[in-house]
Amino acid sequence: MSVTPLLETRALNVRFGGVHATRDVNFTLAEAELRCVIGPNGAGKSTFFKLLTGQVKPTSGQILFRGQDISDMQPHQPGRLGIGIKTQVPSLFNGLTVWDNVWLSARRVNSHAQAERITRETLERVGMLTYKDAVTGVLAHGQRQWVELAVVIAADPPLILLDEPAAGMSDAEVARTAELILEINRRHALVVVEHDMSFIRMIARKVTVLHQGQVIKEDTPDRIMSDPLIQQIYLGKKAH
Amino acid sequence: MNAFAKSWASAWLCLGVGIALLLGLPSVLDDFMLIQVTIYLVMSILAVSLGFIWGFGGILCFGQAAFFGLGSYVYAIAVVNLGDSTLPVLLSILIPGLFAALLGYVIFYGRLSDVYMGVITLTVTLILFNLVNSTAGPEWKIGKAPLGGFNGIPAIPSLNLPWDVDETITPRGMFNLSFGVLLAVYLGLRWLIASKVGRVIVAIKENEQRALLLGYDARAYKLFTFTLGGAIAGLAGCLFANWGSFTSPTIFGLAQSAQIIIWVIVGGLGTLLGPVVGCVAIQWLTTQIGTQQTFNSNLVLGAILVVFVLLVPRGVVPSLGDLIDRLRARRRPAAAPEPALTAEERVS
Repeated sequence: MSVTPLLETRALNVRFGGVHATRDVNFTLAEAELRCVIGPNGAGKSTFFKLLTGQVKPTSGQILFRGQDISDMQPHQPGRLGIGIKTQVPSLFNGLTVWDNVWLSARRVNSHAQAERITRETLERVGMLTYKDAVTGVLAHGQRQWVELAVVIAADPPLILLDEPAAGMSDAEVARTAELILEINRRHALVVVEHDMSFIRMIARKVTVLHQGQVIKEDTPDRIMSDPLIQQIYLGKKAH
Repeated sequence: MNAFAKSWASAWLCLGVGIALLLGLPSVLDDFMLIQVTIYLVMSILAVSLGFIWGFGGILCFGQAAFFGLGSYVYAIAVVNLGDSTLPVLLSILIPGLFAALLGYVIFYGRLSDVYMGVITLTVTLILFNLVNSTAGPEWKIGKAPLGGFNGIPAIPSLNLPWDVDETITPRGMFNLSFGVLLAVYLGLRWLIASKVGRVIVAIKENEQRALLLGYDARAYKLFTFTLGGAIAGLAGCLFANWGSFTSPTIFGLAQSAQIIIWVIVGGLGTLLGPVVGCVAIQWLTTQIGTQQTFNSNLVLGAILVVFVLLVPRGVVPSLGDLIDRLRARRRPAAAPEPALTAEERVS
């Protein structure tokens, strides 16, 4: 008996005028899987995330979440179904406190008392509890990354999309982020877009390579990184 | 919004001062002044309605006067026909609310941008102005109520006790009622803003994209905010019709719409008290200028707006709130340094 994947895209295409940003993307993710997506700038990674979160509608093809077609949903509906996203540039309620940011995420799916508890626990988990009364807009970039991660996990979504979670972080913070992602992966499926290969090695078991809007390879990190074609198109090296 | 303005202490302070004024003013003011203060209060309810949808919902409505005027006309037409004011009062809240819901549905569910929001609301107000203005003939009547065109509807029956037409409201009763409604609207909105719904409304104003990604339907929350603002403005319109027993198309005019925006800017965006302060101060000033005949009041209003936008962009109440926060921070003993700026410190 076949198991319904958590996420599946079938022949997904997006065109912006003359630009074919996503080409026939077939992508499957199992429950609680952790997948890294790599690709050079303009490969279509961000568009792919926007498609999964309802910010961009596909020109053709299907997106299935636990078997349900979400291709034509309103922008708030993927979030309701359980797809959380941490964007490349932290997208937060800048005028609100750190606590309110996380509380708003937790409260949508929980009672008031539960939301209070979850907010406290989540902020503690990402090490931001001491900043709970700080206005989010004045925090440093790295701290905003943690807050956004807390916002996403506070809603406890089955699928979490992370767009360059380690960008702008120090080596110690990158290592801590990797640990946290692996910990999150115990309960949640993750799709992680990242450029930092050493970070990918820390977390990934399977990597999908996007190039010019297409999936060109899916394999383990080691095989991906030793593939001459990938080296050529992604790392700019010539295949031998 | 700064820490003091956000705290319940400020709400209780406002309530306390409000009750003291409500009880005290009638014994100090003569009837003429009391009637004058009553119109300030009625207009303050209108100002609060815009202060709520703009300052907390991020919806800049250029046509708040449309709902105000509609409430006024709905009350006038209904009470002339029915005699008893009980149902007309409810209709004067319900119909502007429904009209706002309809308009808001088109704007928010049609995903129109903020610029279109301003254009549409202003256009609707001017359409209503022209529509009501051109109803001068005797054929323009709804039931027993002639619309009166530019002359408006005079001799509107006053409010009476629910289902008792013989017990009509006195000028002092009108003062009490307007003050009571203003306090109730203020406290009701403070409660709403502190609730989950209110926090989501503010969050959507802060970052609509993030709110959507969290699963909040921004359209529905904006529609609710806009509808509630329309209903409150309609209630203010009903009180306005009662205040002078008269209503006319000028309340749909451009000048009226612009004034409400000036009240909110001067008083302070992002607070509920600010629009009240701005409204009362500007109206009092306009009246004073009008009695002295030295300056043109529109010229002074324009100058005030320019001064505030340039020098006090946050308005009177938030600036005072900042000052209170600073004083409180100075009184506090030196504590260990905070890890980051808090909401309280950031505004100073």
